[in-house]
Amino acid sequence: MSKVLAIFRREMLAYFTTPAAYVFVAVFVFALGMFTFQAGRFFDLGRADLSAFFQFHPWLFMIFMPAVAMRLWAEDIRSGVIETLLTLPTPIWALVAGKFLAAWAIAAIALALTFPLWITVNVLGHPDNFAIAAGYLFSLLMAGAYIAIGAAMSALSASQVVAFVLAVLVSFAFTATGLPLVTEFMNGATGAETARMVAQLSALDHFEAAARGVIELRSLFYFLSLIAMFLAFTGLAIDARRQG
Amino acid sequence: MILQVEGLRKRFGRRVAVDAIGFEIAAGEIVGLLGPNGAGKTTTMRMIAGYLEPDEGMVKVFGVDVALDRARAAERIGYLPENNPLYDEMTPLAYLRFVAEARGVDAKAARGRVMRAAQAANIGEALTRPIEMISKGYRRRVGLAAALLNDPMLLVLDEPTDGLDPNQRGAVRGLIRDLAPERALLISTHSLEDVAAVCTRAIIIDRGRVIADDTPEALANRFPDGLEGAFRALTRGEAA
Repeated sequence: MSKVLAIFRREMLAYFTTPAAYVFVAVFVFALGMFTFQAGRFFDLGRADLSAFFQFHPWLFMIFMPAVAMRLWAEDIRSGVIETLLTLPTPIWALVAGKFLAAWAIAAIALALTFPLWITVNVLGHPDNFAIAAGYLFSLLMAGAYIAIGAAMSALSASQVVAFVLAVLVSFAFTATGLPLVTEFMNGATGAETARMVAQLSALDHFEAAARGVIELRSLFYFLSLIAMFLAFTGLAIDARRQG
Repeated sequence: MILQVEGLRKRFGRRVAVDAIGFEIAAGEIVGLLGPNGAGKTTTMRMIAGYLEPDEGMVKVFGVDVALDRARAAERIGYLPENNPLYDEMTPLAYLRFVAEARGVDAKAARGRVMRAAQAANIGEALTRPIEMISKGYRRRVGLAAALLNDPMLLVLDEPTDGLDPNQRGAVRGLIRDLAPERALLISTHSLEDVAAVCTRAIIIDRGRVIADDTPEALANRFPDGLEGAFRALTRGEAA
């Protein structure tokens, strides 16, 4: 565990010794605010809930989380530090976990900074705070899933730009499969059963229910599985570097 | 025997980078690994350090097979990779502390180890300046200090004096000599001067094979132009 903590601390230091983390957090909070108030028409809805806020999370996370994760491995591969890391008596899972947790912590900090919205709805009315808490919990889990995707793509390339583009594409695939447009197309092309299965692969499907306060075990399992699956992929991609 | 290498082989696609290399190194030996560019020096060192997996063959460090127990072997190895990659945004102090803690040393003990390694590598005044702001010589010392943090039995140093000025070169050679008595050192270098100055043995490899393994003096005596003549003749395949 101390090795995971050492990697975690180093990654956090890397985020905060450059403007990267500050810029990310500021732009993330600003973008969420913009979407909530402008596109989501937060005040016009006249409802004491955060649905206008949560509805944009999957789409914004699809861009922002790959941005947080893109340097996790790509930069070490580019600079050659990966060679130092892989010759330490530190298991690969500890490297993967430490780096992932650091990026996830940055996302958690950014998400936590949106708390004034939660306070605002409580001042304006009587929201279902349990539903909002569930929305935040699943938002954090979804951020973890997209960061795990970003980490996996970062482990494939020495270029942060390539890692970012790949991560956005994979994240898009795990988001857009839940759109009605895709579901209808799949329904016509492959039948209702396959269309339903494909839709269930989408983060949209699992997040929307949670954002309304409906906590389902299958959704919890979905996000945790995505995290585990892409972190395992990251470990395999890093270990494959030993083959040269 | 601190290091045993047997029948090491590595291919990259169709190219054979290392072809059945074998040698042993005992405590107190400073072995220079020589060879032209692309001869397989770095690949050999990477396999010894556990970064690359050999296609065939075996590396044992103090009896521990690197392929079977990489973590235990890594505890006995100090490794300076080619080009000395470091986290540029960190200070040497923070970087060395990170490497110590990532090796599993607790924070309190790490402080002591970092200071000892920094002192041995003579990092001195550069310890608290960002790595991106320090000279190449100091960067090399930071890499060397990181390799010394675990007080390793085997030091594998890939071109430790590359790009250094004569003073810095002299300092690194002095450090290598100081480290030798209780350890085994394997040094890859292009500098025959370094080999003559510090190495007790020289292994010359070419096209992935060991073509000579002797003391620098013995190799130098076999050819009219000394060690340089030996290197030129052997790596062109003109004599053996």
